[in-house]
Amino acid sequence: MSALTREEAQALIQEVLEVYPEKAKKDRAKHLAVNDQSVEQSKKCIISNRKSLPGVMTVRGCAYAGSKGVVWGPIKDMVHISHGPVGCGAYSRAGRRNYYVGHTGVNTFGTMNFTSDFQEKDIVFGGDKKLDKLISEIETLFPLSKGISVQSECPIGLIGDDIEAVSKKKSKELNKPVVPVRCEGFRGVSQSLGHHIANDAIRDWVIGNRDGDESFQTGPYDVAVIGDYNIGGDAWSSRILLEEMGLRVVAQWSGDGTLSEMELTSKVKLNLIHCYRSMNYISRHMEEKYGIPWMEYNFFGPTKIAESLRKIAAFFDETIQANAEQVIAKYQAEYDAVIAKYRPRLEGKKVMLYVGGLRPRHVIGAYEDLGMEVVGTGYEFAHNDDYDRTIKEMGNATLLYDDITGYEFEEFVKKVKPDLIGSGIKEKYIFQKMGIPFRQMHSWDYSGPYHGYDGFAIFARDMDMTINNPCWKKLQAPWLQSSEQDATPQAASA
Amino acid sequence: MLCCMVGEHEILSTPAERALTEIHLMAMRQCAIYGKGGIGKSTTTQNLVAGLAELGKKVMIVGCDPKADSTRLILHAKAQNTIMQMAADAGSVEDLELEDVLKVGYGNIKCVESGGPEPGVGCAGRGVITAINFLEEEGAYEDDLDFVFYDVLGDVVCGGFAMPIRENKAQEIYIVCSGEMMAMFAANNIAKGIVKYASSGSVRLAGLICNSRNTAREDELIMELARQLGTQMIHFVPRDNVVQRAEIRRMTVIEYDPKSKQAQEYRDLANKIIENKKFVIPTPISMDALEDLLMDFGLMDGEDESIVGKTAEEEAVAA
Repeated sequence: MSALTREEAQALIQEVLEVYPEKAKKDRAKHLAVNDQSVEQSKKCIISNRKSLPGVMTVRGCAYAGSKGVVWGPIKDMVHISHGPVGCGAYSRAGRRNYYVGHTGVNTFGTMNFTSDFQEKDIVFGGDKKLDKLISEIETLFPLSKGISVQSECPIGLIGDDIEAVSKKKSKELNKPVVPVRCEGFRGVSQSLGHHIANDAIRDWVIGNRDGDESFQTGPYDVAVIGDYNIGGDAWSSRILLEEMGLRVVAQWSGDGTLSEMELTSKVKLNLIHCYRSMNYISRHMEEKYGIPWMEYNFFGPTKIAESLRKIAAFFDETIQANAEQVIAKYQAEYDAVIAKYRPRLEGKKVMLYVGGLRPRHVIGAYEDLGMEVVGTGYEFAHNDDYDRTIKEMGNATLLYDDITGYEFEEFVKKVKPDLIGSGIKEKYIFQKMGIPFRQMHSWDYSGPYHGYDGFAIFARDMDMTINNPCWKKLQAPWLQSSEQDATPQAASA
Repeated sequence: MLCCMVGEHEILSTPAERALTEIHLMAMRQCAIYGKGGIGKSTTTQNLVAGLAELGKKVMIVGCDPKADSTRLILHAKAQNTIMQMAADAGSVEDLELEDVLKVGYGNIKCVESGGPEPGVGCAGRGVITAINFLEEEGAYEDDLDFVFYDVLGDVVCGGFAMPIRENKAQEIYIVCSGEMMAMFAANNIAKGIVKYASSGSVRLAGLICNSRNTAREDELIMELARQLGTQMIHFVPRDNVVQRAEIRRMTVIEYDPKSKQAQEYRDLANKIIENKKFVIPTPISMDALEDLLMDFGLMDGEDESIVGKTAEEEAVAA
């Protein structure tokens, strides 16, 4: 049961488009669709990965955000230089909650900001000498760093600095990888190109570093977790499930990950991709170069977890397959209890999502496990292969919105009246002030992990305490409230 | 004349008087010199400015070229310390004082060089922008100057090198050219750039300065080009070795050999610029029109379609 009928949903899209000038209307119409599960290819109903319209308040990021913020940033034992003026590094520092273990400033550097702090003179005279010096200083101050990446901010591409030459020179000098990444913010239409550029830099400067070196003892059950950024500990609550079923996780990309893990990934038997959008490129490359197959999985909610564990196990032998069943059985009591506790409180609640890489489709199953329904979903920076994967997950006549504008999102919400919105910090306060329960689904609202069985328990608790929070009943002045509202349930004590 | 006595206050405050005062204050003329690389912009500018100084005008030269060779003949220096280099040494441009970068040379001519990176690195255009902003903020233009001359690198390759002709900067543009084909192509291209800025501001083309290369019928050719561009050939500067002799001594001709014929040429140019009233939005001509002009004057042969794309070897076989 969706919130709207197909006709109502179509009419809503038309109504929202009505305010735009002709050209904008024509453009935005292509990014809004009513889901139809019978459609095989999303390009028939929705257009994505196009330049945002000026003036519509897109929440997209830039190529630098995609490379430094998403792909490279979490690699904990490398120093990532935000090369350019100070702001890009300062405002992207430690905001993504990529958890890691290690001694920050000694052998790990995840929450630190390294920047070349470009000044006027560096623009005019070029920044290569400064970069050279900066890398030497990093080596002096942080000798335990395993490598360095140079994340280009916009001016680097504008003034034509030769960061590749500096990187090669310093790499030789320090005898550790120094990786130039051409992720200038103005490239591409969103952070998505930054993911691709970052993947290509890993391909060119990291992935082949252990070619011909057989010293690493490989095993038949070696896998790598690709595209898990360990937000709030997600990769940890995923990894234990894989290990319990007898697999050896050689590498985590890139949450709590290391350079050495990345270098060893070319030796694994299977690549497991969680965030397809940001790391399908490197997985495809490893498939082509090393013949390593890759498989997408989904660790949100017990239904999808069990499905994924069985799919992963099917790739291996019967031992692993039996183990997978044991793992599912082992956790069944736990997740049954979670569902028993929260489902009655959440049953039938409607959710609208608007997030990034994988979540607009991957979390649908977890909501469904709690009896909730996702009635609208959309991506900031998806491509059509993401929507191909979304159509089947969403119910018929639900809303799909690509690179949604501030206006469209507000209008959709006013009409659809969801019980919960899952989106980012920029959307949070607008909708909370409209009186609608809201969860940040980029940062898990400073909670998490949400992956795996352990994560599901936290996910369920968080959704309950948000939706059933008594504060939503206090938005009206007491003398304007009707007495019937007093009977609503309070959030369960977790 | 701002220092008025109390008794004269009323007289000076009539609208006409105030207008006069404003004209006096706004009298500073800002001129930019453009032209193909190597055409002699810096040499011409410095000699012409020396001519202006000799006539009692107060002048400042702002070099807008990373090569920083726009003031050497005035200062008798190899190369002046540039704003950008000194800013880099000091930390930032905010750490500089005007007197650090502004030098006074022959005829009390004030000299500054924006400076910039060595070829192949960084962003020279940003250097020009930074330097000119610095001069404005530090009040380099506030003294009662009669003229400011911007000597700009050959081509307007990016926004930085168009800085001198943006709003409230140079309003007169002189293009140095010669009767050579490429110099004329460049002049026409620069005229196109001026049209863009003229439509949004008050910048105007003020004339072509022909710096002779002794090509045939050069004066007629440049006069005809000027006519087609809607402007004038303001002066024809003949070629004379005394210019090079003066340059070796890091001097302008006017200073080195004031009695020479060439010195008089530069004085004439200076006078013509003082008297100049012909400021136009240029009418750049099409490639075809320019080629026709060159053919008329015998600089180019008529187009022969049969030879296009033929190598020398193929031509030899055909012959």
